Formats: sequence, structure tokens, C-alpha cells
Amino acid sequence: MTGDLRGRAAIVGVADAASPTGQLERTGRDLEAAMVAEALADAGLTLDDVDGVCHTTSSMGLAESLGIHPTFTDSTNTGGSSFEVHAEHAAAAIAGGLCEVVVSVYASTPRSDRRLGRPPRRPARGVDDPLVEWELPYGLRLPMAPYAMAATRHMAEFGTSPEQLAQIAVSTRAWAAMNPRARYREPITVDDVLASPFECEPLHRLDCCLVTDGAGAFVMTSAERARALAKPPVYVLGAASCHDHAMISQMPDLTTTPGVVSGRRAFAAAGLGPDDVDLLMGYDSFTITALLHLEDLGFCAKGEGGPFVADGRTGPGGALPMNTNGGGLSYTHPGMYGMFLIVEAVRQLRGECGERQVPDVDVAVAHGSGLVLSCMSTLVLGTGATL
Amino acid sequence: MTGAGRLEPPVGQGAEPFWEGTRDRQLLLPWCTACRRPFFYPRPFCPVCLGRDIEWRRASGDGSVYAFTVEHRTEGVPFAGGAPFVVGLVALDEGVRLMANIVGCPTGDVRVGMAVTVSWEALSDGRHLPLFTPQPGERAS
Repeated sequence: MTGDLRGRAAIVGVADAASPTGQLERTGRDLEAAMVAEALADAGLTLDDVDGVCHTTSSMGLAESLGIHPTFTDSTNTGGSSFEVHAEHAAAAIAGGLCEVVVSVYASTPRSDRRLGRPPRRPARGVDDPLVEWELPYGLRLPMAPYAMAATRHMAEFGTSPEQLAQIAVSTRAWAAMNPRARYREPITVDDVLASPFECEPLHRLDCCLVTDGAGAFVMTSAERARALAKPPVYVLGAASCHDHAMISQMPDLTTTPGVVSGRRAFAAAGLGPDDVDLLMGYDSFTITALLHLEDLGFCAKGEGGPFVADGRTGPGGALPMNTNGGGLSYTHPGMYGMFLIVEAVRQLRGECGERQVPDVDVAVAHGSGLVLSCMSTLVLGTGATL
Repeated sequence: MTGAGRLEPPVGQGAEPFWEGTRDRQLLLPWCTACRRPFFYPRPFCPVCLGRDIEWRRASGDGSVYAFTVEHRTEGVPFAGGAPFVVGLVALDEGVRLMANIVGCPTGDVRVGMAVTVSWEALSDGRHLPLFTPQPGERAS
């Protein structure tokens, strides 16, 4: 996204569903339709207004289910960052006149699927997938093991400690304590994280995201149309994506993600930098994931993520509020978490977050991470004051 | 650790020489004759120049641990050896990186930078799977 797209499109409606039980009543298309209805109502729009759809599996199946006939369609799936990529594509499509109102929706219910005896929705892997030939024979546990490898490499290169990684989980839990819908709200300590069992060493259970049901949607339209709608528009100031590998053995440098590229390009488009950011929603599939974002987006230098987070800087009252909904670590994580980054960023920018509201948020970054640190996608979002 | 229960690797496009070499416990790498360097994983073309003039050369089998994890649970993973076990990325001296189990020492002894050398585990069809073990002289910490 280049600078001339800055502020041309805005997110005008959001919805998400999560529960302290980790389970939701609705599933599948039923749950998607409920999210679309809620996000459209939030925007003050109706289904008749929608002429663009984004979905990670089938935008055509979604449109058929909703009974609409869109002129913009996007079935991009980059894993957890898919929804940031959808937002990037939607903003460009709206600015280019391909469509006017785009909906992206996500629903995933792994816990309810298990309860209902449905088979887990794991990605189907053919024998021609290099992962099957070169990684799975070694007992690689996905998705934890590749992230654990990134952690050992970061520790060896930069001296990052398990305590520093644990602090990310602790700070995130402190935010979750203020979210009534979060799966886990009880405060935890660094010692609690370190005392939880190893999943893939050096990552403990509390370094790892949840597995919950969850769903969400956002609605985007042109800046002109957005100003006539129900809520204050949240403008797309910059958006960019980059990927460099699909399996971890092909990642060029396990301590540096393609977020370096997506972040630099998104900030350049926005004409802003890390110092301008009031809120970071940084994909936290694991504590190491969030730490790498802090470095790669330029909030601190490469290798300094550990000391950067160690004083609780990303928690309530800290200088850089991060993952104020409680994140994938404590709020919800249905598999592809990026939708929830956008929803929380929009609500914070609108001032709708109640007890956990960060004061005076004008610029928020939603930074998605997909697959195994593979595809990073960065959205810089802002209030009307940033135009 | 035993081999039973492993997911045995299929032979992908362009990887036939690699897997045939493992029958004789030889670690072969594909080299692009135009770029004059090896690449990994094997495929029918060079991932730098897309050239198809590929030469197979025997690797030293030596390298070092680039990164690793100790897997403490095997839930959802076909691997009968039992946890804990080590999955690592090994940087071969020839300049390519590949995934393998690090065996032949306690899991707690594996370190980033540890010098390792290839060892072999038999597969059911006569091929072997490359694993890595600490080089002599690598002392436990």
C-alpha cells in the first residue's frame, strides 16, 4: 500500500464472539452470519450494502450462504494474518473503485467441534507438500515446535531469558483480567509461567496460546461513505504484507520475521513510526511471537525485546499497551487469531473498551502473523485526528 | 528412540537421488552448476536461478545445531520413540540447513552451535533417515 491510499478507506463496523467457557453456541456458517449481522449493525449498514467479501476458505461459499452477489472477492489464506491481508486488499479495492462495502468474517469452533464429535479441521497435507518429506518425519509438533526453535535461537544469539518471555504472558493476563469475555482472567506471575509444564522446550504451557471457539467480522468502506455512518470511522493509514517461507526449516533467519518488511512499508505508507503508536495489537500465538514483533516493527532494536518487556512495559499502565483484549494467550485463540487484533484495535480507537480502555488512542497497529512466522501483515489504523 | 511409528518420508519431485543415496548412508546435496552452490530441500530446479543443471555431491555430514526444541509431548505427532526428544535445524558445513532429530546425547545437553555429524536410522524400504549426533569432543555442559 502506497501513501496515496492513506485514509481512503475506513473500518466502520466490527463484531467478535468469545466466551470464558471457551465455547460458543453457534458454529460454522450460522456463526458467520451472526457476526456479519452484528458488524453491519455496528456500522449502520445492511446486507444490501455489501458488494465485497473476504473469507479464508471460500468467499464464494460465504456469499452464497448470505445470498449476496459481490463484485469483489478474496479467499486469501495466509494463516493467522489472513484478516490483516484481507483488510489491506479491501482498502486497495475500495480506493480503486472495485467495490464500496467489504465484509471479512471468521468463525472457528475447535472446542465445540470436539464436543460434538466432529473431526478436527487440520490442514490436509498431500505427499507433494515438502513439509511431509522434510519435517514431519522428525516428529515436528505443529504449531509449537517451530516457535520453540525461534526461541532457542533468540536466547542463544541475544541472551533472552525464559523469565523475559514469561513476562509477556504475565502482562497480557493483566489485560485479560479487565475483559469479562476472556477465557482466563486470574493474574499470573513469571514463576507461574515457568512452573507450567513444557510443551516444546523452552516454551511452557503458559507461553502458548489458547485453543478456544471464536468468531469475528469487520466491515470496511470508503472514507467518504464512512463519515455518514453510525460510529466514528477508523481509517486505514497504512497496510503491507510480506512472507518468506512456508516451513520453518526454510526461514532465512529464525530471529527475524518478514514483519521487518511489512512493518516498514505500512509505517511508510502511514507517514508514521513506532513512536507514534498508542496501542500495539501484535499476534501472540506464543510469547516469542510477540517479542519478535516488538523488534521487527522497530519498537526496540533486534535482540532487545527481552529487556524491553521485562518491566511490564506492554501491560496495563506501561508505556506501550499491547494486546489489551488479553490476546491469544488469555482472551481467545480459535486458530487464526488475526481478526481479533483488528476488532480490539477498532474498539480502542473508538474508546469503547471500558475498564481496559487505553486513554487517548489515536494510532493503533494490528500486526498479524501466519503459519510458522511465515506471513506478516501490518495495519496502521487511526482516528479522524490522524488525517 | 526407535524408528517405529515414524511418518516415513515420501520421495518428492527431484529428490530421488537424495533418497537413493541414503540407501548407502550417503548424504547427497543438490548443487546448481550455474550458481555453484548447494540448495536444500531438493527440487528439480535451483531456487536461486531456476536452472535445471543439478549436480549431486556427497556432503561431509558435519554441521552445527542452528536451533532446536525439546518436545515434551507427542500429542498429535506420529513418533513412537517417546518424549522428550529433540528436533533441530542443522546448518551443514556446505551452507544449507535441514531439519533432523539430534540423538546420541541427553536432551539437556543439546546446545545451539553444538558440532554434530550425520547418523542414520533405517526406514522400512531400505532408505535411511538422516539424524545428527554430537561430534566427538562435544562435551556435555
